[in-house]
Amino acid sequence: MMIEALLGVTLLSALVVMLAPDRIAGKLAAGLSLLPVVGSVWMFVQFDGSGNALLEGGSLAFETMTHWITIGPYTLNWHVGIDGISMPLVVLSTVLTTLAITSAWTPIDERQSQFYALMLLMEASLLGVFTALDFFVWFVFWEFVLVPMYFLIGIWGGPRRKYAAIKFFVYTNVASLLMFIGFMALVFGLDVTTMDMPAIAQAIHAGQFGTTYGLGAETLKTVAFFAMFIGFAVKVPTVPLHTWLPDAHVQAPTPASVMLAGVLLKMGTYALLRFNFTMMPGIAQQYAVPIAALAVLSVIYGAMLALAQRDLKRIVAYSSVSSMGYVILGLVAYNYYGVGGATFQMVAHGLISGLMFMCVGVIYNTAHTRMVGDLSGIADKMPVTAAVFIAAAFGYMGLPLMAGFAGELFIFLGGFGADFAHAQLFTALAMFGIVIVAGYLLFAMQRVLFGPFAAETDYDIVPAALHDTVPIVALLLLVIVAGTVPNVFYGMIQDAVTPVVDAAASASAVVVSTGGVFL
Amino acid sequence: MTELPPLTPQFVLVAAALLVFGVDTLLPDRDNNTLLAGIATAGTLLAAGTAAWFLSAGTGDAQFVQFDGAIIVDALSLFFVVVVGSVGTLVVMASHDYLDDADSVAEFYALTLLAATGMTLMAAANSLVTVFISLELASLPSYVLVSYLKRDRGSIEAGLKYFLIGALSSGVMLYGISLVYAATGVMGLPAIADTITAGTDFVGVLGLGIVMLVAGFAFKTASVPFHFWAPEAYEGAPAPVSAFISSASKAAGFAVLFRVFTTAFPLDVIAGTVIDWSLLFAALAVVTMTLGNFAAATQENVKRMLAYSSVGHAGYVLIGLAALQSGGGAQNSLVLGASMMHLLVYGFMNTGAFLFVALAEYWDVGRTFEDYNGLSKRAPVACVAMTVFMFSLAGLPVGAGFLSKYVLFAGAVQSGFAWLAGIAAINSALSLFYYSRVVKALWIEDPRDDLSLSGQPTGLYVAVLAAAVGTIALLVAFDPVAQTATHAADVLFAG
Repeated sequence: MMIEALLGVTLLSALVVMLAPDRIAGKLAAGLSLLPVVGSVWMFVQFDGSGNALLEGGSLAFETMTHWITIGPYTLNWHVGIDGISMPLVVLSTVLTTLAITSAWTPIDERQSQFYALMLLMEASLLGVFTALDFFVWFVFWEFVLVPMYFLIGIWGGPRRKYAAIKFFVYTNVASLLMFIGFMALVFGLDVTTMDMPAIAQAIHAGQFGTTYGLGAETLKTVAFFAMFIGFAVKVPTVPLHTWLPDAHVQAPTPASVMLAGVLLKMGTYALLRFNFTMMPGIAQQYAVPIAALAVLSVIYGAMLALAQRDLKRIVAYSSVSSMGYVILGLVAYNYYGVGGATFQMVAHGLISGLMFMCVGVIYNTAHTRMVGDLSGIADKMPVTAAVFIAAAFGYMGLPLMAGFAGELFIFLGGFGADFAHAQLFTALAMFGIVIVAGYLLFAMQRVLFGPFAAETDYDIVPAALHDTVPIVALLLLVIVAGTVPNVFYGMIQDAVTPVVDAAASASAVVVSTGGVFL
Repeated sequence: MTELPPLTPQFVLVAAALLVFGVDTLLPDRDNNTLLAGIATAGTLLAAGTAAWFLSAGTGDAQFVQFDGAIIVDALSLFFVVVVGSVGTLVVMASHDYLDDADSVAEFYALTLLAATGMTLMAAANSLVTVFISLELASLPSYVLVSYLKRDRGSIEAGLKYFLIGALSSGVMLYGISLVYAATGVMGLPAIADTITAGTDFVGVLGLGIVMLVAGFAFKTASVPFHFWAPEAYEGAPAPVSAFISSASKAAGFAVLFRVFTTAFPLDVIAGTVIDWSLLFAALAVVTMTLGNFAAATQENVKRMLAYSSVGHAGYVLIGLAALQSGGGAQNSLVLGASMMHLLVYGFMNTGAFLFVALAEYWDVGRTFEDYNGLSKRAPVACVAMTVFMFSLAGLPVGAGFLSKYVLFAGAVQSGFAWLAGIAAINSALSLFYYSRVVKALWIEDPRDDLSLSGQPTGLYVAVLAAAVGTIALLVAFDPVAQTATHAADVLFAG
């Protein structure tokens, strides 16, 4: 019942905050959002799951399953549970929400109660996405995430917020539809009478195909795989389906950007891992080369796009495209390091990109500009923010002892060990992306933070308020903890991805050679 | 222990209508609005509640035949009594504020109740005679209700158009009935099926009669080709009446359509010899949903947009007939049940949307999308409700509209009508465009400076919120609806 309690408390908090007066909404929301943080951390400590949620041999933590709807031959259940992949993401969602809410105190000055209620509503739907194990329950939450985000961008966004909000909404909604149709076609072709994701995954692995519309089982799987891959790739986002992201990010208010980059993008890679890469490893391996090529393209092209920007927020936004490319590369490597590293990178990137957006937000709160050319030497005026910003940038570049290092290291180890064609070449190319990351981040830092002080703005640059610095420092500490002792997350992640890799190995009937599991 | 008559819900509605007239006659000078609204609300709520109770008690399984086979009470008719009763309750509750300073209030409530009686009888009609009479009993009060604002030219015009097209389609339908009678010599729906099974010499006459019957039902359900009254009537009519006609009247039209075509002209009997009407409905469904959606996308007026969206939803519901197959068995029950589920869910979300428009009319904010700009700053709670309706109508899983559309489309796919489901899914995806325009206006656009809302329309607010709660609650508690609807279809096919 723990998951239900978590969802219930979050939803109830959203309702309370919506009805609260604007004056106290921010403080109230931050306070109430600590409840899910405490709850999820408690669950993290109590976590007793093992194996993968979808594959045989796993046991879920906090699982509940009750009947929801029977429609014709199909039974839909309320089925939620947590395994080693979803547990870190649940913690990430709750923690980032609280920090994002705190970071909203300064910039959000109208319709506060609605703003904070939407943030909490989004948290609840994100928690649902990461815990649901029945496809319909999962899809309800998956779609519902769009609604609060649409309003957050549309109401509190920048000058072109209307365009950005509708673009985000329509783009991701059409992608969801494609994914939904693909998955449904697959399920209707299977001999199952349930929408339970574990049951479906196991049925696919066991090859229990019934009517496949006259197509072969493999053809159906391939079609479904790509429909779903495209659907999720929009969310990730992967080049060339990323064009909604810069608009959404730049127009979104900073706290919403934090959630968008920190957690919403992880929905895409989480779903890719859960559906495409866990359910249909055979197809994924068959098309490993084009997928890896797409991943590398995202890494390099995303970084190049970031290099061309002069708006700090756009830089960070495009760098997400680049970082999520690594995740896909890790997934397609299909070995313990690769898939484990990809999952770890989801958490690491969530923390670091959230931190970067918060730093940009803190600077913008006082300078009211984010343009690289407008600002110079503000480290003198805002020492703490500047220090955290620099540290975050180094985390992004993969400095050892920061979370980004652990994730990227595993992904590259996995990439070099992968056995699809030219895996080493792809990985080497992707590693080159780090050089570009260093290029644009250092260049931007150097110009904005150092040098003689100058600010082309009508506002005084003053040090950030305490309630702005505490969240970024706290988040930085989390980044360092996750990078220094990655095993807090990596242990359970490894446990949950091992069955995925093993299933893939048996699917391809080629024994994937990887190193042993250490750490 | 005495047993209630199976037609109790219909009796309750008539009694409530008479009571409204009685109170108005005995207390003519007082301002009875609240009392009359209370009676009407109690009546519709009681009718819906009784029908729901009958359904849960299994009354619907027995197929009570009344009046020598002219009326039948089974799960299907009870299901639609629940739909009509729920919609009616919301509508009369909302009308209380809408009619605040109107005259002839009692007539409004009584006509609404009588129309509701007609609609519930449509769902129970088991002979072409009662089909026609109940259809007229539902239509005639509706014409008056549409033109209720008698000093408003739009309302009068709407009523006139509604009446003229209604009269035309009634005539066509009556001609169809006479042709069917000519070919079979009977009026009872099961008897018609028996006669056709035994063989008839007038296949052409029968086929023509069936097509003409479709015309009458197309009018009532606002389907192509008799849909064009809908935008005019819904726009000109008082908004609660638009809500009532577009939700309850449409549902009742579908109820009688389902019964006539599955009982009198079952596909097993008729497809090979006379006419394969599932193809006819497939074509109608495609044209209706596509036309409704594209027309809705081009509107500037929210009420007209909702009217065309209502045409579009009629197209989705028609899938329930289009995807039937001879010898389809349980699959047929699922598809037809899916249509019924969608009509129930639609009853809540569409009524809620029109009642929100009523709220806007009450506040005098205007009718176009621009006029709704920034309403959320003044009325956030009602706007949350409207957002739920819009997203649910579009098929996002914010409300039960997602599930009912899903069951409908998935049922069509499994019956082998993937192309139909595909067209419907594309239409549904496109519909998000115009539904989200309302949401955008409410929440994202800035309000006009002079926007001020006065008055405390408690009844309207309660009705809008109740519809929103219903829409969301049905998402969670969809199982009973799905089971009841599928079961009702089972009973219908077994009949």
